[in-house]
Amino acid sequence: MKHDGADKRRRRFLTAATTVVGGAGVAFLVVPFIAYWRPSARAEAAGAPVEVDITGLEKGQLINVEWRGNPVWIFRRDEETVDALETIDAQLVDPDSNDPQQPDYARNKYRSVKPEIMVLVGICTHLGCSPLFRPDETPEGMDREWIGGFFCPCHGSYFDLAGRVYRGVPANLNLVVPPYKFIDDDTILVGEDDEEEGVA
Amino acid sequence: MSETRSGGLVGWIDDRFPMSKMWREHLSEYYAPKNFNFWYYFGSLALLALVIQIISGIFLTMNYIPSEDRAFESVEYIMRDVEWGWLIRYIHTTGASAFFVVVYLHMFRALMYGSYQKPRELLWIFGCLIFVLLMAEAFMGYMLPWGQMSYWGGQVIISLFGAIPFLGPDLALWIRGDYVVSEVTLGRFFALHVAAVPLVIILLVVAHILALHEVGSNNPDGIDIKKNKDANGVPKDGIPFHPYYSVKDLVGVGVFFLFFSVVLFYVPDFFGLFIEAPNFEKANPLVTPDHIAPVWYFAAFYAILRAVPDTFGGVLLMGLAVLILFVLPWLDRGRVRSIRYRGFSFKVALGLFAVGFILLTYLGTQPATAMNVIMSRIGSVIYFGYFIFLFVYTAFGLERTKPLPERVTS
Amino acid sequence: MKKLLLVLTLVLTPALGWSAAPGGDMMDPNVNPHDKASLQRGAQLFANYCMACHEASMIRYNRIAQDLGIDEDLVERYLIFKPDTLVQETMTNAMSEEDAERWFGVAAPDLSLTARRHGPGYIYTFLNSFYVDEDAATGYDNTVISGTAMPHALESLQGRQQGVFEEQDGEEVLVGFEVEEGTGTMSESEYQAATQDLTNFLDYVAEPVKAERQRLGVWVLLFFAVFTVLAYFLKKEYWKDVH
Repeated sequence: MKHDGADKRRRRFLTAATTVVGGAGVAFLVVPFIAYWRPSARAEAAGAPVEVDITGLEKGQLINVEWRGNPVWIFRRDEETVDALETIDAQLVDPDSNDPQQPDYARNKYRSVKPEIMVLVGICTHLGCSPLFRPDETPEGMDREWIGGFFCPCHGSYFDLAGRVYRGVPANLNLVVPPYKFIDDDTILVGEDDEEEGVA
Repeated sequence: MSETRSGGLVGWIDDRFPMSKMWREHLSEYYAPKNFNFWYYFGSLALLALVIQIISGIFLTMNYIPSEDRAFESVEYIMRDVEWGWLIRYIHTTGASAFFVVVYLHMFRALMYGSYQKPRELLWIFGCLIFVLLMAEAFMGYMLPWGQMSYWGGQVIISLFGAIPFLGPDLALWIRGDYVVSEVTLGRFFALHVAAVPLVIILLVVAHILALHEVGSNNPDGIDIKKNKDANGVPKDGIPFHPYYSVKDLVGVGVFFLFFSVVLFYVPDFFGLFIEAPNFEKANPLVTPDHIAPVWYFAAFYAILRAVPDTFGGVLLMGLAVLILFVLPWLDRGRVRSIRYRGFSFKVALGLFAVGFILLTYLGTQPATAMNVIMSRIGSVIYFGYFIFLFVYTAFGLERTKPLPERVTS
Repeated sequence: MKKLLLVLTLVLTPALGWSAAPGGDMMDPNVNPHDKASLQRGAQLFANYCMACHEASMIRYNRIAQDLGIDEDLVERYLIFKPDTLVQETMTNAMSEEDAERWFGVAAPDLSLTARRHGPGYIYTFLNSFYVDEDAATGYDNTVISGTAMPHALESLQGRQQGVFEEQDGEEVLVGFEVEEGTGTMSESEYQAATQDLTNFLDYVAEPVKAERQRLGVWVLLFFAVFTVLAYFLKKEYWKDVH
């Protein structure tokens, strides 16, 4: 069982080459198995954009629609509420929406395309419960100025009517604004936008 | 062999787990005869097929739904809506047939070179048990897509148990858990297919390999390489499994995947043999398809079943066709193992046996015409005739063997 | 090696004549999943002429758009007729099973898997085998499924096809077809091409991934060829030790 140096080099080369090619093969084979766990066409179809007709949505009314299995809240603010949103900045963690919790066109005081229409994913940014709607009454244990908003019963986080989180609560990110656009004045498409039309 | 302890992580593990020891015993210092030929690829390929089936099967299980209403649809969901689901399902369907191709060739190798003879009887029996379980596994897996062939194939096979006198009807009812094949049957078959049977197969494969490494591999000359050892106690005709056979088997793996990929990417249903056309129609308990045939790998045994005009007789003969394999080591009393040194009649008989088996396999997939039934009878006679011939031929000293070589020939 | 070849031949010979696939005396539609133009024409024919009664509930419109290279807007405009249907939904129609049974006696089967169940040749031959039968409720019979409840949906394209009968051993036997001139908008060859496209589309619907797997297969085979060659040389190199 002898072999000279040249043989050894050849052997090392062939071993390395086979290992590399075989390894590449395994790497390629792993891709389909990983991709297999991505949302399927059926899940994507179920999570498709949702058209919402807001013709009948009155001031101070909130409707709940399902998008990708999550609750999405659409709320029509009255003028008072719109104005009030500008008065409580000091109590909020991120009043100017610096954290990327919304599309660019919703990065404003109202966190919405139109000041009077609020669109939010109704999932608490703390641990995923769905906060409760408290338009008037101050939630239990809340000792600050309350202009109406959302209260998460799981761990006691508060959000205002633009989904902005109050200071000193477990959650520290504003509620998420989903991508959406107005097809016409009274129809919202939740889940799809076109950036070029996006109003900032 | 050498008792040098390595340091570092390997040493740490070795003090607590026989890692290096196992590596030596089963790979780097397992001495296999150096004269393995083409037929010796199929052992490692069978192991590869098992791994392929387990991995692809686990992923299919994630999206398959074992219910009467949704099983069929969930398979098409995997084929269409799940990313790469089609690839993983075709791997599993192609893998099932590939497993049987490899296992049949592996078994034929044993028949040719007498690998079941003393001292490898238990090794052979473990192998036969794996074969039986593999058939059960494949049968139950075939039910899961809940197509017409799944349903009616299941109906027919389970009804076979009903043919057993006295016990039969109750037994068939117990297996189905219902008066017909139904969701109840599907549920239990699913559990057995994905958990119980694979588990036992894996255990038996471990036993099969341990038994092999205990007695040592046979070879195409059928002689014992342990009789000729060098000063270190290493068989002169033996070479370490690793690296010599590991690199050689790599070539086999490459060729295997070439064939595998041709089927998978270009003829995944393999002309209706691997995935049968009626199985693209959802199971309908009220309408039987006009021609039911078992999948090709069961067809030989199914042809034996149909060769007998009596139901129970057919079931009995079919069962016997499998069971007779288990006693083969005691039927063959030959003095030599390998076909190379056995009598001329043995060669003829084994050739006939192979042809007979292929004939039966073909007939099993065809409609039971009068001609086909007669042919099936001839095939069955050949099949059982081989075993009877082998016993008579060897037990009564009729075989004239050639002298065995001292060392293996290349 | 010779022995090996012999064994392989022995094993493979029966496999050649051993197709369990459906076939018989069917015309060959020459399906080609890579011919996108044909598939697009087929999709349009399916939406226009078949989907009033038949569904293909396992294929999504946006999948068709992607696989056939059609814009989703065009799919919405030319393929989707059922109101309130989104592009990510499947090809279903508005007909209820009860209506179908009342009108035709049986519900029109879902065509998602027909090409794999019966073979594309079956569909193609069926579409070309309608002939006028005054006694039938639909005015037509078909040689592939005799007494079929399906009306000749493509009659406006093909025209009125009559059966040509000949007397053999005292019995009238159908030996061919003849289309009444001027009764259809398509010539005979145009009609055959159209039904070929339609069959091609149904074959695609039965296995949407066919074109992709055939494309991918080349690369996989190439990879394993390289791997096998390398492994072979590696084996040869190591086995120089073995004498």
